[in-house]
Amino acid sequence: MTTVESAIGTTNTMVLNMGPQHPSTHGVLRVLLELDGENVISAIPDIGYLHTGIEKSCEDKTYSQAITLTDRIDYLNPLGNNLAYCLAVEKLLGLEVPKRAQYIRVMMVELQRISSHLVWLGTHALDMGAMSIMLYCFREREEILKIFERFSGQRMMTSYIRIGGVAVQPPAGWREMVKRFLDMMPARIGEYEAILTENRIWQGRLKGVGYLSPETLIGLSTTGPGLRAAGVAFDNRKMFPYSSYEAFEFNVPTRTESDCYARYLVRVAEMRESIKIVRQAMDKITDEGPFKAELPGVIPPEREKMKTEMEALIYHFKIFTEGFSPPPGEAYAAVESPRGELGCFVASDGSPKPLRVHFRGPSFVNLQALPYMVKGQLIADTVACIGTIDIVLGEVDR
Amino acid sequence: MTQLANANGSVVAEQLRAWNGEAVKQVLEHRGETTIVVPREMLRAIALQCRDNPALKFNLLSDATCLDRFPVEPRFELNYQLVSLERRDRVGLRTSVSVQHPVVESLVPVWPGANWMEREIFDLFGIRFEGHPDLRRILLPDGFEGAPLRRDFPVEGKR
Repeated sequence: MTTVESAIGTTNTMVLNMGPQHPSTHGVLRVLLELDGENVISAIPDIGYLHTGIEKSCEDKTYSQAITLTDRIDYLNPLGNNLAYCLAVEKLLGLEVPKRAQYIRVMMVELQRISSHLVWLGTHALDMGAMSIMLYCFREREEILKIFERFSGQRMMTSYIRIGGVAVQPPAGWREMVKRFLDMMPARIGEYEAILTENRIWQGRLKGVGYLSPETLIGLSTTGPGLRAAGVAFDNRKMFPYSSYEAFEFNVPTRTESDCYARYLVRVAEMRESIKIVRQAMDKITDEGPFKAELPGVIPPEREKMKTEMEALIYHFKIFTEGFSPPPGEAYAAVESPRGELGCFVASDGSPKPLRVHFRGPSFVNLQALPYMVKGQLIADTVACIGTIDIVLGEVDR
Repeated sequence: MTQLANANGSVVAEQLRAWNGEAVKQVLEHRGETTIVVPREMLRAIALQCRDNPALKFNLLSDATCLDRFPVEPRFELNYQLVSLERRDRVGLRTSVSVQHPVVESLVPVWPGANWMEREIFDLFGIRFEGHPDLRRILLPDGFEGAPLRRDFPVEGKR
């Protein structure tokens, strides 16, 4: 651990311990700031307060059990984590997911992206002193969580995306519910923008703050809105499409200013793009059809089949007691989470439990850019920078 | 099952072979992913080549992680995922490390973003990175004993 003593540079500077209980650090991030007056000379992030050993725990679970742990990594994007993990395991198995299930997945992760950006916008505005926005954002997020609850029974830790497809058929009346949300949302985003985008205080706090050149950001492995705000249109959905994203029409919003304000604009534009994708996905999802692949011994059989077919009953028993064993090998699957590239590396040794599950959390990697961003800036700008990196400490520490 | 690709399976392997005959030990093609197995001693030189060779341009290090194949020796496999934004390409680099000499060249001079990824591997697997500017524990407390993601470390922890 970095102690205050070990971080002290020259005698003219002061070391300030920010966090881990500071409200603007979004959880339990500790930053040691070396200050010359109000100016930040250097910043040392100190993480690990929320380390729960999820990767180790996954090694002691069967492949399907581990899904519930992935929810808890980035708790603002559980469906995205499920997706990355399931894509990796499906890659190991060489399993093809039915198109309809892929579209359902796309719809769910895009709704999740909107809800994650809403939490980001609300909390970041709160950090910047705009309190009302937080209430508006959480009001709309609640509508998304209600949709998730209807689909999966859970508001947050949904575990809805499963290996081979999704957990259950979309519930009755889902179309009206999602449509109502989509019809409401663009005007609501307009409301947030009306309050913030031209707001002098908002611009004053964010414009020109936390600039990093695109080359620096690429070198630091930054991905997601932070990189796109620097003019680099890297989005896994477009560059390396997965789950049928190639069938959807959407833009990758970019800016070139690479400051906190540009990151805000990119995220707001992304919410609008996600609404477009959800609309397209709704049209693509047929009322009837499979919601998961069929692979005896790996994908649990239909309940109805178990009542009439003996094999189905045996497979069901085996899947939920012993689990299934993918062939030995490794797979890396990357998805575009609201924060950047979320990668999942899964290795199998041919046993029913994974040999290794590793998550490349975008929050963890993006947070590395913080010391570079805040150098020479004010303490108040540090708060803006931490906010616009958009970290989720569950994912940073895993 | 992981299968051996034919000798010129990918552009990357070709380019690396043209640069240095020893650079490529093996090319693995598995489920559409290309992984190049490289000698441990040459890791940083190969990474530099991947970044700077105009035909490769892997400018973004997306992920670095370790895999423990205990009790097989050499038991550790380091996996790096590289992305070329310009060429829209991905490739994996892999190298093996033994438990007796768990040291490998750091890639921080090539991609500064490797910093925390390598600290994480150091923290959880106990592999040291030569030339890393700030090799400290990152997730676990300072006084923690052992490397918890090694396969011989019990899941419930040591008591």
